[in-house]
Amino acid sequence: MRIFEFCLLAGLIVCALSVSFTKKLLTSIIIYMSYSSIMAVIWVILQSPDLAVTEAAVGAGVTSILFFVTLKKIRAIREEKQDETEG
Amino acid sequence: MRLRDDYEESRWHRLEKWVDGDIDPLEGRMEIKPPDGEKDENTKLPEDGEPFFDEEKINSVVYDTAHNKELKLFRIIYRLASVLLCVTLIGVLLWTVVYLPEFGSPDNPINNEVSARYIEKGVEETGATNFVTGMILDYRAFDTFGESCVLFIAATCVLVLMRLDNSSSKEKMKKKKEEENDRLYEPKNDLILQKVSCVLVPLIFIFGIYIILNGHLSPGGGFSGGAVIGSGLILYLNAFGFKKTERFFTEKTFRRITLAALTFYCLAKSYSFFTGANHMESGIPLGTPGAILSSGLILPLNICVGLVVACTMYAFYTLFRKGGM
Repeated sequence: MRIFEFCLLAGLIVCALSVSFTKKLLTSIIIYMSYSSIMAVIWVILQSPDLAVTEAAVGAGVTSILFFVTLKKIRAIREEKQDETEG
Repeated sequence: MRLRDDYEESRWHRLEKWVDGDIDPLEGRMEIKPPDGEKDENTKLPEDGEPFFDEEKINSVVYDTAHNKELKLFRIIYRLASVLLCVTLIGVLLWTVVYLPEFGSPDNPINNEVSARYIEKGVEETGATNFVTGMILDYRAFDTFGESCVLFIAATCVLVLMRLDNSSSKEKMKKKKEEENDRLYEPKNDLILQKVSCVLVPLIFIFGIYIILNGHLSPGGGFSGGAVIGSGLILYLNAFGFKKTERFFTEKTFRRITLAALTFYCLAKSYSFFTGANHMESGIPLGTPGAILSSGLILPLNICVGLVVACTMYAFYTLFRKGGM
């Protein structure tokens, strides 16, 4: 259990660092989603399942969806799509 | 059912129309639109691809640093001052951290008699076996009221910022174009997504309803359950499109549900603001702790919060997507 906790915390740090170092916005949102999912598991370990449910639904679900829609609105996703089809 | 003859004139009908957004009480009493004559030809929107204005050119005219020595000096001082301010702020904040109580120490100010009382007497006084819910919806219900109002206000602000006005035909065309644009790059009638959401969405809804209804018995409550239901709605919308969701969820539904839920919450708990957060007996029997129908007002309040949160989450999404519900 102890090792599992350390793995989760290490995952948190890796996620937090890689969010700031990724170039693509889409990738950073997906990493942010995984950060929230790890955080939800940590909340369960810290014995607050209330927060875990909220974190999973709001942090990993709704917030990232709103980020996706915003990226689409500012036309950040579409450009990447074109790049992929060209290259 | 036959309507009363004077139904059109009744207060209830007017309230209904106001809730549905058919009448604006300020209309005719306040100048809202700019006069037609003042429209400037230069402000028309550019065509697609054409830059709105040449940023470099404007910057070079406005910040004429080659001739304006004061501006040059100001820019240097501005940068220095901003760095200084940031460093000072970081220093002050770190300095404050030193004076915070030690992490996890038993004689911290948070370990006082309040939490001990909540734990000892919570089940007995509120009837909720999950005393987190007992705390936020009974002892501190006025806090939660503010919280759900904050969500509602946030939705209103997004509405003000993102709403596309469809009053003029030009705007209508633009909106139509935007909508088409929006649908262009997403899978239309994606079979995999539809089949998966056929299985998942009912389960998500049931899970959300379970969380809300069991808020006083098991972990969870109005906020988390509402968020789960809201994300289920968003998934359904993504799989089947706006046409299907508008059959059961429109702006009218949003208005009615949020108004009803917030009004009920306000009537049930806002007395705390006047009694100085003191508790008043609701008169509803608490029932046996652990049963679904127990703990007085907590269950209806949970349902209210859940409804507001679910509607707001969905409203956020639709407002971001197409600027309306």
